[in-house]
Amino acid sequence: MDQVILKNVTKHFTTKAFGKVTAVNNVSLNIKEGECFSFLGPSGCGKTTTLRLIAGFEDLSSGEIWFGDKPMSIKDKNYYLPPEDRGLGMVFQAFAVWPHLNVFENVAFPLRIQRVNKTDMAAKVKEALKHTNLSGLEEKFPSELSGGQQQRIALARAIVTNPKILLLDEPLSNLDPKLRENMRFEIKDLQRRFNFTIVYVTHDQAEAMALSDRMLVMDMGVIQQIDTPTDMYNNPSNRFVFGFLGLSNFLPVNLSDGRAYPYGSSSVGLNLEIPPDFSDDQAILATRPNEIHLVAEGGYRTRIKNRVFLGDSVEYRVDIGQAEIRIHTYEDKGFKVGDICGVEFSKVTWYPAREDGSDEERERRKII
Amino acid sequence: MNASLLGKRSDLDRMEGSRVNTGQILMTISTIILVITVALPMIMIIYNVFFYEWSFDWQLFATMLTDPDNLAAMWNTIKISFFVTVLGTIVGLFFAWLIGRSDIPLKGLMKTLFVVPYMFPPFIAAMAWGLLLSPRSGYINKIFMAITGGSRPLFNINSLAGIVFVELCYYFPFVFIQVSSALERMDPTLEESARIAGANQMTVIRKITMPLVVPAIAAGAMLILISSLSHFGVPAILGFSNHIFTLPTKIYELIYRSAGSFEGIRQGASLSVLLVVVVVLALAIQQRILRAGRYDIIRGKSMRPMLIKLRGFKIPLLVVSILFLAFVVVLPLFIIFAVGCLKAYGLPLRLENMTLNNFKYVLFNSKMARDSIKNSFFLSISSAVITMFAGTMIAYVIVKLQPKGKGVLEVLGILPYSIPGIVLAVGVILTWSGAFGVNLYNTIWIILIAYVARYMAFSLKSASASLEQVHDSLEEASRTCGASHFESLVDITLPLIRPGMVAGFFLIFLPSMRELTTSLLLYGPFTRTMGVAIYSIHEEGNTVQACALAGVAILIIIAGELLLRHITRERKGT
Repeated sequence: MDQVILKNVTKHFTTKAFGKVTAVNNVSLNIKEGECFSFLGPSGCGKTTTLRLIAGFEDLSSGEIWFGDKPMSIKDKNYYLPPEDRGLGMVFQAFAVWPHLNVFENVAFPLRIQRVNKTDMAAKVKEALKHTNLSGLEEKFPSELSGGQQQRIALARAIVTNPKILLLDEPLSNLDPKLRENMRFEIKDLQRRFNFTIVYVTHDQAEAMALSDRMLVMDMGVIQQIDTPTDMYNNPSNRFVFGFLGLSNFLPVNLSDGRAYPYGSSSVGLNLEIPPDFSDDQAILATRPNEIHLVAEGGYRTRIKNRVFLGDSVEYRVDIGQAEIRIHTYEDKGFKVGDICGVEFSKVTWYPAREDGSDEERERRKII
Repeated sequence: MNASLLGKRSDLDRMEGSRVNTGQILMTISTIILVITVALPMIMIIYNVFFYEWSFDWQLFATMLTDPDNLAAMWNTIKISFFVTVLGTIVGLFFAWLIGRSDIPLKGLMKTLFVVPYMFPPFIAAMAWGLLLSPRSGYINKIFMAITGGSRPLFNINSLAGIVFVELCYYFPFVFIQVSSALERMDPTLEESARIAGANQMTVIRKITMPLVVPAIAAGAMLILISSLSHFGVPAILGFSNHIFTLPTKIYELIYRSAGSFEGIRQGASLSVLLVVVVVLALAIQQRILRAGRYDIIRGKSMRPMLIKLRGFKIPLLVVSILFLAFVVVLPLFIIFAVGCLKAYGLPLRLENMTLNNFKYVLFNSKMARDSIKNSFFLSISSAVITMFAGTMIAYVIVKLQPKGKGVLEVLGILPYSIPGIVLAVGVILTWSGAFGVNLYNTIWIILIAYVARYMAFSLKSASASLEQVHDSLEEASRTCGASHFESLVDITLPLIRPGMVAGFFLIFLPSMRELTTSLLLYGPFTRTMGVAIYSIHEEGNTVQACALAGVAILIIIAGELLLRHITRERKGT
């Protein structure tokens, strides 16, 4: 059953400096019950705004939001349910733990609003603190605790009422890397135990891939792709998604006589087959650094520009035409800087050379 | 091995030595300045109250303390400041919340306008309200009596309630400014997470927003309390005619009545001690009631906070806010200029009764008024320059050098904040009327010394704030480039804090332009300031000329404010 449903949701902001900006553009989306769903994208892409629309902190400009069969916001009917009546749990990036309340009072706050009686309240808070490894810290004030512990308070507060839907807004980005990894597992663990539907906003792709059942990538207010992490990584639907996930090389080429010539190298072509449905005279070849190999004989001949030893692997950099290409290899063949070698591609994704959306617009949105 | 170690040590010693030397020089100068301007007057007050011809004598203090008139004055002071603090806090809090967290329109404009009462000299406002609401001749009361046909006025401003009303109107911005900025800095997700937890808007205000702004409320309320306890102008203008005295006005009256005799000054000094005790006690009680929390107001991530929809109340509340501003700012301003234009006080406010002669008189004909403008400019500029440099130096010693005993400097620097201006004036008289072989009484220098003492705390605070922004490493980097301590100070630190110093100059220049309390006790025949001149002309009954001079003072203050805004905006732009 679909638990969170967005139908053609659009949100405009009007700012003094930039005029009207469409933060979220015609987004439609169904998140299933018990699913962990991530919103991924660069800053200013509209992911946080979408989450705030779901939470009810912002009103829609048009469209509808439903939780199951319950309407939350329907712009046409001017229907809008305030955030406190949506029955959500939410964790914010800056924790938002109330500094004037101690750990117990922070976590008990949602129960107090629901007028839960004292015994039940104590039991539920105890339970929530146990699940977030905070037992024994009830009397402490947030300022006495570490960042990781404060984030656990926020988490405990979000789950104490056992909500169906949990909204997480970059909850781990204020933590150090090691703690972040642990918390990732703990969140996943809690979800398995309580079967929350999680909507997770992040700009960290590793986090999104590790946690999500499905995820979406957004850019400039528009959904670029919705998929499982594996499918998204292996079959990115456009160049933006390809570039956003993992390491990538983009090699612009001219196409003529059924061959691809890198920019700045009109005589030597690449030994690649052009996909039959590709009719443009230019293209961008997208590759991952580990999908390119260096060979002593054959391939596209070039010179090693740089070599970096990374411990478990080696990174080489070579020029193909005007573009610099990164290559990761786990079987070092011992090329040195200046050696002539060949480049072979084991997998290439073809994208049209021209794509919509200017970088200028992206920069403009970042400021807002 | 040993030799090289020793060599290193002596290098270190030399370095440390030179550092301490520069520090010691600055520290010594700073201490001398603060002792002379701040500590000495206070000591002289205590000495003169409790000692007579080198022997302990508590007789005077006891007599003063048991005089029912003085006790009544003390009681009035406490009552007035209590109501001003409570009501001013409520008003300031309400408007700060309205602008910070509701969807009321015209926010930017209102935010600017709500700070205006803060710049309005309260004693001029008191004059204006006297013109509007004095029981028999006040314009509003006259209109009211004409409408009702009775002889009962609408409101008698020459009363405790009147004094509370006027002080409240011009002191509420203390809380407004503090709370507004706290709301701006507060992380909106603190409120949003309460909404998510199921709390409605009213619960969020009650349980989250209010507790978090308590420290800001406490800070603002403290400023109101101190200002109101030590305030002289409003009760002097509105209270004297009805024999309502507060401690500050009683001190003035005692000294004034005795024509500056030593006995009168000693009596004033006794009441000064009493006033300081009241201030300290009030602050202690307030600290207990509004104990500032152990948390800071949280870093702000710039997000739009959820604004509370006022719906049906939007327009009525907007109207209330605008009417309030009109009432507090526009009406008094209008009446000052209108009466300043009248040919004679008492004529109806009609165009045919208007003239610019009063302005011409105070600006060109009256030597006393002209002198007072000149004196005020001289005193304001020179005290602002002196305190700006001295305050920066002392702040540098406290913030950057941090020598042993900096606590003494800190205390002496902040002390004048809580010492009423009238008390400081009494102390300055006792110190500089020949007690140490220097007699500056009746000269302009005695006023200058009092201004410097009074405003040093302002300068110290603003200079400390800008110095804290300058990271130590900037000066250290200059030292490693080979610059001496002094060169680093001049080439690195001073240029960096120059904008702060300019702002600090105006922070002293503007209040000293409208200063009344200390100058009124210290002025001589030729050293009236603008405040004193307005006050004396008003007391003589030349209401129209007093209003004209007050109008001139207001224009000068507005010009200064605009200049300050211009300068600080430019600073933000770079």
